[in-house]
Amino acid sequence: MITFLLRRLANYVVLCVVVVFLTYLLASLTFDPIALLLHHDPPPARSVINDKIHQLHLDQPIPQRFFEWFGNAIHGDFGADVFGNPINQQVWTRALTSLRLFGLGTLIGVVFGVLVGVVSAIRQYRVTDYVATFVSFVLIAMPVFVLGTLLKFAAIKINQVTGSDFLVFEGEVTPGFTGSFGADIADRLRHLVLPTLAIALGLVAYYSRYQRNAMLDVLGSDFLRTARAKGLRRSRALYRHGLRTALIPMATLFAYGFGTLIVGGPFTEHIFDWHGMGEWLITGINSQDANLTTTVTLFVAVCVLFSGLLADLAYAALDPRVRL
Amino acid sequence: MSIIAQDETADARITRSRGRLVLRRLRRNRLAIFGVLLIVILYAAAFTYTWYWPWSYQVSDPNAYLSPPNGTHVFGTDKDGFDMYAQVMRGLQKSLTIGLLVAVLSTSTAAIVGSVAGYFRGISDRVLMWLVDLLLILPNFLIIAILSPAFRGHTWLLFVLLLAAFSWMITARIVRGMTLSLKEQDYVRAARLMGVPPLKVITRHILPQMSSLLIADATINVGSAILTETSLSYFGFGVQPPDVSLGTLIASGTTSAVTFPWLFFIPGGLLVLTVLSVNLVGDGLRDALDPNSTRDRRKELKELKELKNPRTLRRPPRSRR
Repeated sequence: MITFLLRRLANYVVLCVVVVFLTYLLASLTFDPIALLLHHDPPPARSVINDKIHQLHLDQPIPQRFFEWFGNAIHGDFGADVFGNPINQQVWTRALTSLRLFGLGTLIGVVFGVLVGVVSAIRQYRVTDYVATFVSFVLIAMPVFVLGTLLKFAAIKINQVTGSDFLVFEGEVTPGFTGSFGADIADRLRHLVLPTLAIALGLVAYYSRYQRNAMLDVLGSDFLRTARAKGLRRSRALYRHGLRTALIPMATLFAYGFGTLIVGGPFTEHIFDWHGMGEWLITGINSQDANLTTTVTLFVAVCVLFSGLLADLAYAALDPRVRL
Repeated sequence: MSIIAQDETADARITRSRGRLVLRRLRRNRLAIFGVLLIVILYAAAFTYTWYWPWSYQVSDPNAYLSPPNGTHVFGTDKDGFDMYAQVMRGLQKSLTIGLLVAVLSTSTAAIVGSVAGYFRGISDRVLMWLVDLLLILPNFLIIAILSPAFRGHTWLLFVLLLAAFSWMITARIVRGMTLSLKEQDYVRAARLMGVPPLKVITRHILPQMSSLLIADATINVGSAILTETSLSYFGFGVQPPDVSLGTLIASGTTSAVTFPWLFFIPGGLLVLTVLSVNLVGDGLRDALDPNSTRDRRKELKELKELKNPRTLRRPPRSRR
């Protein structure tokens, strides 16, 4: 088991390094931070531009730049962005912000996705199933930037109707908010509601479709009939034997899901005005910043690495045939 | 010999009527029919709007800035007085074209690369596996977003090529798996032993066997290509102004979703409707083409299971039927 996990880990780590290198390469080849400088009116002096080129190490070959950056990054120093500000200043708060959002969103999405899927499989072709299927089809066809804006719109309308301002949708905390520790937590939670919902709803739709099919496959199986025949109650048979088996393929989906989730990150953070990694990626691309973009990619890669390992572990825990 | 001959005529009968069978199964699926109808209507409305609509997407109406939907402007106008119906139809044109082109290109690439990798194994196989793994960590949205400054100002066809270039890998993985099992079939072996060149074996005997999968997959890919395109355009990494796509329209409508709701809800609703109907058709096609399916995605799930099962990850997947 341990050797298997270590082998997987080594495989993932190699992939991560390759991904980070490729991102750096692509970004360095396509980005042109000097062009932004040249757009200024009046154009800056030649010496300023040369200084900038030197400061960004643009006079060095790309592999050399990469190894210098990567060597520092391993030791926890992600370098400076194009404006010369150290990336380390913000990287941890931003990472935590994103992780809080995505961790909670994923958790809720997976749990409810599995629940909805199981319920619609058990009540196949009844009203519950049709409603769940219809809603998930619509949600799957709805990109997160439409869903997020829709939620924001609904929140504004609800606030108007109820005359309250409970549903907040800007930022992760009320600006200038001071209060006791408990009040601070409550305020943060209030800000979490809508963006978490935006992330979770899409995941619920996505996971519930697969869970429903996996569960339907299991429902007709012999071992479930055996479990019932030996006297297990229906619910116990379903959850102990049925759900456990039907969860196995979901572990795989989970690993796949994280990559797509990260893609949703920039949108959710942009719409709800959060300052997380996703927003940073967009900033990095817009300011043509190789260091910044690669840092965010590294973050994504590490997240996918952990979710992949988690999926492997879940697989081993769920499937008795996998003795690694 | 006579037995073989009989079998062949039976096969021929099956292939002749297969198209009709699929059509009949598809027709029974009311949701898929609904999807087909919607797509046809959307396509027709988008590509002929200049014939029946008085407003152009480039000409603004100076008498109507930000006018809500009314008699002259059925979908209202935006802040510069451009007619929203014309804008939306123009955006739909672009999104539909990009979606279709990307789906065709990426599915063909997937078919070629997947079958070659599965047939020859070796280095091409390893490279493919590696690319799929890579795509798990570095989604195509990220790659294209990073590359976007480079193609800014170039034609949108370049954007199509990029989208296609980074969205074929997962389908290729599935094609590869099928090729591995088809390769062991007797008729493929026979062809090989008779000395048919490998490329001919692939095009004559292997790819036609999975045409149904490829058709269904191409349809699903249209939907996901449209979603990726609009997502990239939303942040300005895709279709560039003055060109419009549903993504750019939604992006500019988002900021005023509360004050001028039609600017957001019309392009947003249209996008959801388009992707929804494409997905319905894709699902329906897959079910109609697959004799074993019961209107579900079980097969896909099974493939996923094999795709990522730690035990089978580096081994050829079992036969799919």
